[in-house]
Amino acid sequence: MSIDTAPTVSATALDATSGAATRRDILHRLLMTLGPILIALVIAGCILLAVGVDPLAYYGFVLEKGLFSPLGIQQTLTRMAPLLFLAAGLIVAFRAGMWNLGGDGQFLLGAVTAAASAPVFVQIMPAWLALVCSFLIAMVVAMIWSLVPALLRAYQGVNEIITTLMMTFLGTSLANVLVKLAFRDPSTTVPQTRTLPVEDRLPRLFETTITSGLLLGLAAIVIVHLVMTRTAFGLKLRIVGANPRAAVHSGLGVPGLTVAVFAISAGLAGLAGAVDIIGVQGNVRADWNPAYGLAVIPAVFLARMNGFAAIGFVFLLSVLSIGGESAARRLGVPNHFTLVLVSIVLIVLALAEYFDHRYNQSRRA
Amino acid sequence: MTGLFSEVFLSALLFGAVTAAIPLLLAGLGEQISEKAGVLNVGIEGMMLAGAYLGFVGAFYSGSLWLGFLTGAAGGAAVALVMALLCVRIGLNQIVIGIALTLGLEGLTALLHHFQFSRSYPRLPAADATVIPLLSDIPVIGPAFFKHHLIVYLAVALVFGMGYIYRRTQLGLNLQAAGDKPAALDVAGIDVVRTRTIAVLTTGALAGLGGAYLANVGAGLFIPFITNGAGFLGIVLAMLARGRPIWVLFGALLFGVCLSLTTAMQVAGINIPTDIIQMLPFLAVMIMLVLFGRRASLPAALGIPYERGAR
Repeated sequence: MSIDTAPTVSATALDATSGAATRRDILHRLLMTLGPILIALVIAGCILLAVGVDPLAYYGFVLEKGLFSPLGIQQTLTRMAPLLFLAAGLIVAFRAGMWNLGGDGQFLLGAVTAAASAPVFVQIMPAWLALVCSFLIAMVVAMIWSLVPALLRAYQGVNEIITTLMMTFLGTSLANVLVKLAFRDPSTTVPQTRTLPVEDRLPRLFETTITSGLLLGLAAIVIVHLVMTRTAFGLKLRIVGANPRAAVHSGLGVPGLTVAVFAISAGLAGLAGAVDIIGVQGNVRADWNPAYGLAVIPAVFLARMNGFAAIGFVFLLSVLSIGGESAARRLGVPNHFTLVLVSIVLIVLALAEYFDHRYNQSRRA
Repeated sequence: MTGLFSEVFLSALLFGAVTAAIPLLLAGLGEQISEKAGVLNVGIEGMMLAGAYLGFVGAFYSGSLWLGFLTGAAGGAAVALVMALLCVRIGLNQIVIGIALTLGLEGLTALLHHFQFSRSYPRLPAADATVIPLLSDIPVIGPAFFKHHLIVYLAVALVFGMGYIYRRTQLGLNLQAAGDKPAALDVAGIDVVRTRTIAVLTTGALAGLGGAYLANVGAGLFIPFITNGAGFLGIVLAMLARGRPIWVLFGALLFGVCLSLTTAMQVAGINIPTDIIQMLPFLAVMIMLVLFGRRASLPAALGIPYERGAR
C-alpha cells in the first residue's frame, strides 16, 4: 500500500511564478471538483426520482439549509469542528503510511472522557481551565487507547488495520459501558452522562451559533499540514510512509516514530470527540455513535492528504449532512439518502481524478 | 441460576452460536479470497447488506429460501462487480471505493426498506432444518450442531473446499501469486486483472450469501444496518486466519459464541450490559495478538493496484 508523497497541489500553485498559469491551475482544480459533484448530484437525483421524490426540491432544501440559510450555514460550520480534528489525525497517520482505521473508537472514548470530566471540572476550577483540562484528558485517553496497536505495529509488525479495527469495536462498546455504568447521570431515565450547562460550553463565535471549536479544528488541520510539509519531523514521518526500510537505513528510529504517529493521530481523534461534546452536544447518550470517521477517511484520501484540500472536502461533507438531514425531514425521505449521496460523490470524484491523471499523462507522453 | 446451564440452555446457546457464526464465516472466507489475490475489500459490509436486502426480497416474494440465497449472492456479486471495475480494472484506491460502497449500500438498502417494508415489517417463516440422522440424537451437541438449515452444512463444507482450492489447484496458486507477486503471474501468461476480478466477484457472492443467511434464517426479516459490522468482522477474521480457511471457521465460531451469549444473557435476565459481552471476542483476539503477535503474513501486493509495466 503506497502513499502518494507527491508535492502538494497548493504548494506548487503558490510557487508558480506565472500568474496566468496559476489561475488556469486553480480554475482546472475547481472544475475538476465541481464537475464531478454535479454529475454525482444528477446520478443521485435519478435514484430520488425512482423512489418518487422530486430531486430539484430535495437539492433546493439541501442548499437552502446547508449553505444559504443563516442558521443552516452556522450548523454546517459547527459540524465541521469534529470532522476537521478527525481529518487532521488521519492526515498524520496516512502520510506516515499507518492505516489508523480506529478513529471512531478513539473519537467516542475522547467524547465520553470529556463528557464525564467537564461537568466535574467546572465546579472546582475556572471554566476556561476546566475545558482545557477536559480536552487534555480526552486526548490522553485516546492516545492510551492507541498504544496497543502502536506497540504491536512498532515492535511486532502486527498489521494495524486489524488491530485498529478491533480496537474501534472495543472502544465503541467500552464507551457504552462507561456511559451506562460509570458516568451515568442518576437524574435521567435514559442512560446518558451528566449534561454540561450551556454557559460552560465552548463559547459561540460572535453573535452566531457557530462553535468556536471550528477555529480550533481549523488551527489543528493547518498546523498538521505545516508540520507534515515544512518541518524535519514531518519529513521523517513521510519517509517512514514512503519507504519504511529506507527509513531504517537512513537511521530513523522507526518504532518510536510509529508510536508517535499513532499517539498524534489518536490524540486528534480524541480531541474531535471532546470538541463535539464540549462545544455542541453537552453530554453523551448511550449507543451514540455518529461514525464520522468512516466518511472522513475517503475525504482525506481524495484531498490527497493535503490539509487545505481536506478543509474543502470536510465543508462539502458538512453541507451534505446538515442539508440532507433537513431535506429528509421536509420531504419524507429517510435521512439515509445522505449516505447514498456522499457515496456517489466520493466515487465520481475518485473517477474524475483518475481520468484527469490519465489525460495529463497522455498529454505529457 | 440452576436452570441456566442445563442441557437445553447449553444446546440453545450453541445453536445460536452457529447461527451467528455462519454470516461471519461466509464473509471471512470471501474476504480471504480477495486478500489472497491482493485486493483489500473494505466494501464487504456493503456487499453483505446488498445480499441481506436482495436475499430477503427474493425469499419474501418467491416464498423460497433457496431463491433468496441466490438473489442475495447475486446482489453481493453485483456490488463486487462495481468494486472490481473501479479497483481492479482501473486501479482506484481500494479503501476509498470500499468505504464509499459500504456507505452507499447502507443508505440505499435503508432507503428501499423505508419505502417498501417500513409500514408492515414482514417476516419470513422459520427456516426448515435439515436434521442429520444419528448425530442429532447426541445430547446437547446434537440439537446444537446437527439441526440447521442445509446451507449451514454447505458453508462448513466450503471451508474444506477452499482449503483444497488454495493448496491443490492451479487457480489457488494463481490467486496467491496475484497477491504476492502479480508481475510474476503476468509473465507466466495469466491475466492478473482477470484473476483478481474472479476473486472479488467470489467475495461478493459469498458476502451476499452471508447477508442473505443473516436476514432470512438468522433474523427472518430485513432491517436497515442489519449486518451491524459483520463485514468488518469478516475482514478481521480473514487477516487473523493468515490465508487458512479453517482458522476463519474457528474464529467465526468464537465470535458466534460471544454473540449468542449476549442474547442468552438477556433472555436469562442477567443484568450485565450486553456491550461487555460483545467486547469479549475482541478482547480475546487482542490478548492473543499481544501474546503471540508475530509478523502478519499478509500478501505482499495487498492493496496495490496492478498496472502492467509499472515500476
